[in-house]
Amino acid sequence: MDQPENVWLDDEAGPVVRPYAMTRGRTRPSSGEFDLIALIVAIQPAAAVSAGLGPEQTVIIDMCQHPLSVAEISAHLDLPVGIVRVLLGDLLDSGFILTREPRRVMQSPGEPVLKAVINGLRSL
Amino acid sequence: MDSARSEDDEGIPLAIKMLIAGGFGAGKTTLVGAISEIRPLRTEELLTEQSIGVDDTSGVERKTTTTVAMDFGRISLSDELVLYLFGTPGQDRFWFVWDELALGAVGAVVLADTRRLATCFQSVDYFERRGTPFIVAVNCFDGAPRYGSEEVRLALDLDQEVPVVLCDAREKESVKEVLIALVEHVMAATPGEPAPV
Repeated sequence: MDQPENVWLDDEAGPVVRPYAMTRGRTRPSSGEFDLIALIVAIQPAAAVSAGLGPEQTVIIDMCQHPLSVAEISAHLDLPVGIVRVLLGDLLDSGFILTREPRRVMQSPGEPVLKAVINGLRSL
Repeated sequence: MDSARSEDDEGIPLAIKMLIAGGFGAGKTTLVGAISEIRPLRTEELLTEQSIGVDDTSGVERKTTTTVAMDFGRISLSDELVLYLFGTPGQDRFWFVWDELALGAVGAVVLADTRRLATCFQSVDYFERRGTPFIVAVNCFDGAPRYGSEEVRLALDLDQEVPVVLCDAREKESVKEVLIALVEHVMAATPGEPAPV
């Protein structure tokens, strides 16, 4: 709590204040699901799209030049995943990213995928 | 990186996940770290009002926020397939996070420490109730009492079809075998049988 930006926050305020300020109070993304393991990829380099983006969103675009999961983006930015979802929702709306959501079903992913997992693990 | 990549899945791998559960100190993060291609990372979920509605948070309502941390690792299995391993959070009262993690998971490994076997009861119960396929991996710590897999099966009151394997969570080869055993168990359990809810 000795960094300058923390001076006006005591423990009672809690860490929620600043993260949700970053999303202008929004707790849900305007679009998209953004499962923890949804993979995100940027369509263009950050330099091409940086106008009008917040610093975190520029960093996300930078990171996602190769597909990265929502969980990894959250970990690298050191931001709660709920915040990251809102930031990603804006990027999706603006057409800066593509996403691939996982299957969110209570079923086996099917034999071809399972076999590919075994083969992939064996060759590690 | 051109406009041809406009369709949803094109060029983006499919991600799947497995859960690594077990009591505190059973070696979950060690196991993830032994096989992950990245240093295990930590992501946090804020306990929001939305989750308070479905979770028993009695006792925490005066706190402004609560965070639940999840450690995870990544294994790129091919150009089309990425496997994420998530350690389940230790705070067992945050079941909604377990529910989110378990949804769509291939299956789970319950890592057991024979010195504190009781600490994985909750994980076993959870996956049994939910119908998530799981195996039990006994982490053979140096100096820990060595039990056979049948003794562990009895102690945990596991169904016969739940595999119990011995492992060393520090060793990549050993962890590989554990994950393969889980996938083989999932394949064996798959044929059309609806999972109990």
